Amino acid sequence: MDLKEKLVSSFLAFENNVDVEHSVHDIRTEAIKKFEEKGFPSRKEEEWKYTSLNTLQKVDFSIFPKTESDLDYKDVKRYFMHEIDTYKIVFVDGVYSSYLSETTHDGVDVCLMSSALSKPMYKAVIDVYFNKIASKEDSLTNLNTAFSREGAYIYIPKNKTPKKPIEILHFSTGTEAALMSQPRNLIIAEENSELQVIERHQSLTSNEVFTNAVTEIYAGKNAIIDYYKVQNDGLTASLVDNTYIDQKDGSTVDVHTFSFGGKLTRNNLNYYQNGERVNSTLRGVTIIEGKQHVDHHTLVHHIQPNNESYQDYKGIYDENATAVFNGKIIVDQIAQKTNAFQQNNNILLSDKATINTKPQLEIFADDVKCSHGCTIGQLDEEALFYLQSRGIPKKEAKALLMYAFANNVLSTVRIPELKARINKIIAKKLGVNIGFDL
Amino acid sequence: MLKIKNLHANIDGKEILNGINLTVNAGEVHAIMGPNGSGKSTLASVIAGKEEFEVTEGEILMENESIIESSPEERAHKGIFLSFQYPVEIPGVSVTNFVKTAINESRKAQGLEEMGAKEMLKLLREKSELLGIDRKFLSRSLNEGFSGGEKKRNEIFQMAMLEPKLAILDETDSGLDIDALRVVANGVNTLRTKDNAVILITHYQRLLEYIVPDFVHVLHNGKIVKSGTKELALELEEKGYDWLKPESVV
Repeated sequence: MDLKEKLVSSFLAFENNVDVEHSVHDIRTEAIKKFEEKGFPSRKEEEWKYTSLNTLQKVDFSIFPKTESDLDYKDVKRYFMHEIDTYKIVFVDGVYSSYLSETTHDGVDVCLMSSALSKPMYKAVIDVYFNKIASKEDSLTNLNTAFSREGAYIYIPKNKTPKKPIEILHFSTGTEAALMSQPRNLIIAEENSELQVIERHQSLTSNEVFTNAVTEIYAGKNAIIDYYKVQNDGLTASLVDNTYIDQKDGSTVDVHTFSFGGKLTRNNLNYYQNGERVNSTLRGVTIIEGKQHVDHHTLVHHIQPNNESYQDYKGIYDENATAVFNGKIIVDQIAQKTNAFQQNNNILLSDKATINTKPQLEIFADDVKCSHGCTIGQLDEEALFYLQSRGIPKKEAKALLMYAFANNVLSTVRIPELKARINKIIAKKLGVNIGFDL
Repeated sequence: MLKIKNLHANIDGKEILNGINLTVNAGEVHAIMGPNGSGKSTLASVIAGKEEFEVTEGEILMENESIIESSPEERAHKGIFLSFQYPVEIPGVSVTNFVKTAINESRKAQGLEEMGAKEMLKLLREKSELLGIDRKFLSRSLNEGFSGGEKKRNEIFQMAMLEPKLAILDETDSGLDIDALRVVANGVNTLRTKDNAVILITHYQRLLEYIVPDFVHVLHNGKIVKSGTKELALELEEKGYDWLKPESVV
């Protein structure tokens, strides 16, 4: 049985036992139908030309983990931002871990999707927001919607700011030979609220993991959301991350995506500017090697006038790594005075590494400012010689140049401890010990 | 200190150094002059170990040890410093952090402990004062957005911090106004001791009014065609380099 058949038949077998509201059942059922029609995306589709899910579909994934497993905090502490105080929503093999989590209902809701989808007190919010901005056409999003049950639920009411950043962590423990999970997050920041989120998927063994995540983010009027995706998973873990962001007047949503680990990573980051004076910022640093593959597909849809968007993605690829950057900007006819900027810079460290980069601008308004640029190059030999001539060994010199290359993005991380952590992950990845915080 | 014997070097098969012989002793200042394209900067780069250049013949000895096979960083650890004509911009790495890293990497290579924070701070203060460098300047990203003069001053500041045995200053005077030139020259002069040596690479005689050389060498077509004392520089200033053309050099 191939993966698609297995998913569809599991859905039919278990749907009656899933504890969610009726309306959610209807949404799930509609979504599985759509998924059954279209199936997994293939490389024949333009959007998936350079990323193949074929190998993953041949793996016999468990769709529901059979046993619950416990994790000791001390064994996974290093994956948490333990240097600072945070709220934590933690899942182990797709199951909520109350032991590792620290949730709250004190003025804001930082809790579980499964509660939100089943308890009447959340029905009003779910009716307004659940599966509204997420695509009804994208096959993998539909697949996630059909299986949506667990994930993070964050609701920040008007004028509120949670006391600390929120971490969303997904651990896979390898109790199943191969596990597919479909986390579903819903994040709502109402008018004038502020929010910081750090999200991470971490597999703890070399068993195969395939995560198909969907996150819906709603930024109300003047809300400010600062979101960090730390993708540093093991080399048997694959991730398709579908994030949909809805922005109202005056809101600001910044997403940083750090892609260092994983076997195959596909980020679909979609912004919809449903208001004026909106600011959308998308930044990323990708550093991969071996046979790793990272694909960033971004979409910024300028639907209303007087808005800004800014994209800056840096990539460094070694050995046989392959990467994709596809940045789509749509400016609707009424979206006058749009200011959209996109930049993608790449360094290829080996002859065999590949980057396919493509800006895709669809502009229907006439009074807009849209610019884009992309570069593909090697490390600057002259700069390398400069550093070496000061006594810095070649390996460290190369690492310094890579930091410098990614600095525009690294320097914009607003949580200092996270910035230090990212710097350390990069240093470890590059095999250097640079004796200071950059 | 430095002995260069019959040095030949090429890049992409094109011979640029064509049998250089040069001996620099501790305490000496040597100026290397010559027209554009004569191989001055190549000589500086080859001594510092730039890998694009292939040494096909000859020898470079630093304190009687061959450095031909050494990497640029190993040469730096042996006390060779090259001040670049076009210093490279490194965004995100401050001048201070860069200098600290450079010092500590050299110390590590020599089996020494990292320099303590207090000692480092003292050294930073002392050397920045010597070169009239504002403290704020030290926290800026290395060379990023620096003016030509600031870049050169920063090179000499790094030299002051690293205290090399042999400093090669490649066209350090180019792009400097007279005040900046004085500051840079004064810095270099202050750092001179009987134990270190300086090679000045320059197109013009101007710098040599401020840093007075013991010897002047004229490079032409990858060869030293004339050596003399500081008076030779004045002669060159007066006559230009035309008289060096092959037919007149017999």
